[in-house]
This record gives sequence, structure tokens and C-alpha cells, in this order.
Amino acid sequence: MTAARFSPMQRLLHWLMAACILAMLFIGVGMVSTLSTRYLTLVSIHKPLGIAILLLALLRLGLRLRRGAPPLPAELPEPMRLAAHLSHVVLYGLMVAMPLLGWAMLSAEGYPVVLWEGMRLPPILPQSLETYALLRQAHGLLGYAFFAVILAHLGAALFHALVRRDGVFEAMAPVAGRVED
Amino acid sequence: MAQPSRPSRFPLGSFVVIAAVLGGGAAAFAYTAGWLSPERLSRERVLAALSPPGGPAPGHRRNHTKGLCFTGSFEANGAGAALSRAPVLAAGRYPVIGRFNLASAVLAQPDGQARVRGLSLSIAGPDGSEWRTAMITAPVFPVSNVEAFYALQMAAKSKEPGAMGAFAAAHPEIAAFGRWAGSAPWTGSYAEERYNALNAFLFTDAEGHDHAVRWSVRPEARPVPVPHEQLAAKPPDFLDGEIKARIAAGPVRWTVTVTEAGPEDPVADPSKAWPEGRRTIEVGTLTAEAVQEEQDGPCRDINYDPTVLPPGMRTSADPFPAARSSAYALSYQRRAAEAAAYPHSAPGGRP
Repeated sequence: MTAARFSPMQRLLHWLMAACILAMLFIGVGMVSTLSTRYLTLVSIHKPLGIAILLLALLRLGLRLRRGAPPLPAELPEPMRLAAHLSHVVLYGLMVAMPLLGWAMLSAEGYPVVLWEGMRLPPILPQSLETYALLRQAHGLLGYAFFAVILAHLGAALFHALVRRDGVFEAMAPVAGRVED
Repeated sequence: MAQPSRPSRFPLGSFVVIAAVLGGGAAAFAYTAGWLSPERLSRERVLAALSPPGGPAPGHRRNHTKGLCFTGSFEANGAGAALSRAPVLAAGRYPVIGRFNLASAVLAQPDGQARVRGLSLSIAGPDGSEWRTAMITAPVFPVSNVEAFYALQMAAKSKEPGAMGAFAAAHPEIAAFGRWAGSAPWTGSYAEERYNALNAFLFTDAEGHDHAVRWSVRPEARPVPVPHEQLAAKPPDFLDGEIKARIAAGPVRWTVTVTEAGPEDPVADPSKAWPEGRRTIEVGTLTAEAVQEEQDGPCRDINYDPTVLPPGMRTSADPFPAARSSAYALSYQRRAAEAAAYPHSAPGGRP
């Protein structure tokens, strides 16, 4: 049986972004825990990687809206179907929102958004301490939420791959696998 | 005894794999976040160590808490180009938002009791880049590394009689700072002080060569020594009143100097002064032209993070700028969340 799969470009973006976003979340939670010189190294990766994720996410969202996703198996129970759709909406939302929140938060702080030496992004918000406080808190809390949703997504993917064996995992797998039916 | 596998069998192995993957991911995340190693020196612990007995003043900086804003300019003479291609060192006049402050975490610190005073600057370069620095009057930093800084705060607030003595025995580098604190004359004005960045940074010149440097600002005003007892008897905010009156009468200036390390000079240790006679370049003049109360002043919402640097300047092996950047970010985050506790005195008070 050959199940419908995401396009090669969609699969490439998925796995590339999976690596970027996981790295990003570990860098983010690691950098706020350290006072060592690694702090500056991590921050200097965090900013350009965040903007890269934003650009990739927009490209990917465009592809998803144009090309859609393979249909879920007809026998999938309705609650799981709903959870799949909702989690995808949340994941796309966070992929776009997190970099924008980081950029907006530094803008509200009046802190230069330097991606690398000589490459500075303009502020996207006027300076405001109160706005900064809200955005900073949102950036941190949503970062933890992002990691939790990714774990749930990973758990669901493995559940499809190992327990249900219904072709849902194979639709996004980097290489075509055999689907038992 | 082999059993035929039945499709309805509960796939225990698969669930074990899934649980292991998810549990391993969560554990790695918790480890990276430092949640599994509370003994690790974190910025939260450093801020807690700096916290005065009654707790930090809500809405204020967690250290160098009491301060006053000023605006002015940095007029670069172009000589700094020998060391760095930073646009802010090219000849020109660039706006400055600065802050006079006391090196103390106590908001009500009487001016006459603060041995160390501070000067912070945010200089806006012609290319839109920024040079931020937070300097102090001491010529050397008390300690060599971040762990020792934390231990110093803990010893200073310790109730044990021998705590400071034990600290000094374990960290002999503090002697140089102690000699300065015990012998250097006190002055009655922020304008009569020399302020030192202490941390070493790397400047890159137009040819791409790196130079390890430290910078200072040297007062134009002649320092007038005043006995400490006399300052201690003055009103608690006498430094603020003095600098307001002085700047109201006319601009106050400092010469900005950059000193290059010799090949063997310690770059990674701000408790060690570099020898006299190192190549020192006067790169321009800092002028304070107007003073503003912090509550409504332009310096209030600036994080004077010493790692905000223009192209042509970057951090060195000195461990402090990274630690300061990390700790200042948490201080800023906390005081921003408490902004309501330190409101502007008038709507639209901030420029």
C-alpha cells in the first residue's frame, strides 16, 4: 500500500525545522541558566537562528496552505483527528509567534537586535518597559509550551508509527517506509 | 514456550519506547535548564546574593540601584580608529544617555557612604549601532571571576564575624581593591571622578588586527579630596544636588581614553591592573549637558549591558561581560515586571 505523503519539499522543511527548533529551545533554556561565557555564544546563535526559523516557517506555512496535507486515515477516531489538527495549528502558530515575540521584546526594551556583527534588524515596536515585560513573559512561557507540544507531537508520531501503524508517520518520514495494513 | 502473536496484544514494547523517548527528551531539557543542578551558579542566585536585607526595591535595578540620568554627547576625535573601526570612534559628535549611580543595591544608600560610584553610558553611533558601558570609580575589580564575586556578596552579608577575613584569605586578589578603597581620596562630586570600564574588550582596526583594551573616562574637573567624615555628614542625596547644580552652571566633561594591553598583560582578570605606561589613546570627550531624575529620565529603561557594542568592538576572554549581560537581563526582566511599582511621576514624563 502506498499512502499519500507530504511533498519532498514539505518533508525536507519539516525535518530541517525540527532540528532548528529543538536546538533553539535547548539554547533558549540553556542560555538563561548560565552566567558563563557560553551565555554570549548561545545568545549569538539564538537570534539569527530565530529569524531563520521565522523565514522557514512562513515558507512552510505557504506550502501547507497551497499543497495541504495527506488525508488522515478514515478509521482514525474523531478525538485524535481533532487533536492532530489543533496541534498542527498550535505548532505553526508558535513557529511564527516565537521569533516575532523575541524580536518585538528586544525592540520594546530598546535593545539592538544584532544578528551578527554589522547585521542589525530594525525595531518592530517602540520602546516600552510595560510592553517588554509582557512580551518577555510570553516568550518564556510559550517556549516551555512549545517544548511540551513538540513532545506531544513526537509521542503521537511514535504512536502512529509503532502502535497504530496507520501510515500517518510515514507521510512525513524522511524516506518512504513500508506500511503494514 | 512460544505464543502466536496476536494483533490485539497490548504493544507494551512500543509504549516503553515512546515513554523512553519522551522521558529522555524532557530530562535533557530539564538538565539544560539547570533544574537538575540547583547548586550551579545561576543569575537568580547572583541577584539573590545582591539583594539587600529588606529585599530589592521593586521596579529598580538590582544593583547600582540609586542613580540619576543625564544627557550629553561623545565627541570622538578620530584617534580611536588606530585601535577600532567602530563608527562611533570616527571623528564626530554622537548623542549620549548616561547615568550617575552608586555601587550599592540599596535604593536609600546615602551618597556619603558609597565607596564606589558608577557612570553608565549609551552612545549612539552614526550607523545606528550603540556602545553601552557601565564603569566604576575603582581602578581594579575586587575579584577575578564570577564565582568569587558571588562568594564576596555572600561573605559581605554574612553575620559570621570572620566571613570577610576568610574570603580575603581565599581570594588574595581583593587586596589591590582594598588598598584603593582604604587610601584613595573621596571627592564631593560625580564630576571629579575617573570611571573605569575594568573589563577588557577586543577592538578590531580597519586592517582586521585585534587589540585587547580597557577604557576609562578622566575628569576635566580637578578632584578635590574631602575627608570621608565630612561627606558622611552631608545630606543623603548631596551628590545628586551637587551634579545638578554643576551641570546647570555649565557642561561637565571627561576625556575618554583607551589603553591597550601589553602582550603579557592579564586580559581575563579585571582584578589585575595593567602596568603604567601602556599605550593609551585619548579618543574623545564625554560631555554631560543636562540632568534628569531617573523616574522620568531617558536612562531609566536602558539596560546598560556591557556587551552592547558597535561593529569593531567585541568581548574578550574576560568572563565578566558575559556574566553581567546575563544578570543584567534578569534584573531588567524583573524590574520591568514591577514597572507599576516605580511609575513615571507625570503622564508622558518620559521623553
